[in-house]
Amino acid sequence: MFEKVLTIFIASALINNFVFSRYLGLCIFFGVTKRMETAVGMSFTFTAVMLIGAALNWVIYEYVMIPLHLGFLKIVIFIGVVAAFVQAADTIMKKVTPALYYKLGIYLALIVTNCIILAVPLINADEHYGLFESMALAVGSGLGFSLALIIMASIREKLELADVPISFRGLPISFVLTGLIALAFLGFSGMITL
Amino acid sequence: MSDSVNYGTIVKNGIFGENPVFRLALSLCPAVAVTSGVKNGFLMGVAVLFVMTMVNGTVSLLRNYINPKVRIPSYMFIIATWVTVTDQVMAATQRAVYKDMGLYIMLIVAFAIVLSRAEMFASRNKLLPSMVDGAAMGLGFLLALVLLGVFREFLGKGSLWGYPILGQKPLLIMILPTGGFFAMGLMMGWLNWLDRKFFGGTGASSGGH
Repeated sequence: MFEKVLTIFIASALINNFVFSRYLGLCIFFGVTKRMETAVGMSFTFTAVMLIGAALNWVIYEYVMIPLHLGFLKIVIFIGVVAAFVQAADTIMKKVTPALYYKLGIYLALIVTNCIILAVPLINADEHYGLFESMALAVGSGLGFSLALIIMASIREKLELADVPISFRGLPISFVLTGLIALAFLGFSGMITL
Repeated sequence: MSDSVNYGTIVKNGIFGENPVFRLALSLCPAVAVTSGVKNGFLMGVAVLFVMTMVNGTVSLLRNYINPKVRIPSYMFIIATWVTVTDQVMAATQRAVYKDMGLYIMLIVAFAIVLSRAEMFASRNKLLPSMVDGAAMGLGFLLALVLLGVFREFLGKGSLWGYPILGQKPLLIMILPTGGFFAMGLMMGWLNWLDRKFFGGTGASSGGH
């Protein structure tokens, strides 16, 4: 049990890193990595939302959708749950901790359009993971995504000073860079197979 | 928008002017993920084309009944419904392909491009123009995916649509995850260069989201 949880955690953070080997969450990945500060803010918000969202979705899937045979509606229900949760978190944060809200609130709104936040509950449902395994996948993916964001942000800060051909400025060179990082992450593959 | 809608402009806009992948840089995840082969890219494109056409049509039909305050959640549910339909059809008819890209089909629901067309176009236009707009945007997406698929499959496997052509694998790296990023970056840079050289454009990619 503990071994499986740990395996899922490491695999989702490094080997099957969502950005570099499953190509998910690219929109946010390219959107927030222009500056280190935004990348770090996004990492915190993202990991927290991911963990709570995955746990919520697991409970709903296990205790509502399976007994009622609603498995085929999982896309509709999961996106509804995530959107409702993010909206609620937004409202609560604004009331309870306004300081934190002004720092991280903007990332909350962005997160709803992120595919990873939806992919994790979908994978949990498909693989029939238990609660702890689901949460391990959520935390692992969250940390893996944070790692990707922070690596990319630190490289892009240096990129500001580089002399890039005009056609490649902006997104194209970022894609090539991501490819290079993905090549490095390829080295993790085969460490653990799920 | 007035009654006389220019369909030619809408179609041209969807394929070239605001190509979802290369110009707007929206919905990049699937563009990199499923283009290791032409066939996968094509099927993904068809799925998106279908979803976008139907979502735009539905949103347009319901545009006078949806309260503006809850429009985004309403659009999300419309999109999720059509994605579920596509997902079930794909799972039933294209088993082999679905095993590879089922997750990405389900994730069409989180595509920014679908939501943004519903919000920007379908919510204020009539049924037919909205559906044409959805189809044109979907077509632009489909073409981008096929272009990337041809590039990657030819270089990575030496084949097209699964049929061997070269008899060898010139650049295996192109079908690995990292090759997807390289292909995308090179293709975007090349299109920017073409745009600057021959069409007098600025040749710069938009910010990306």
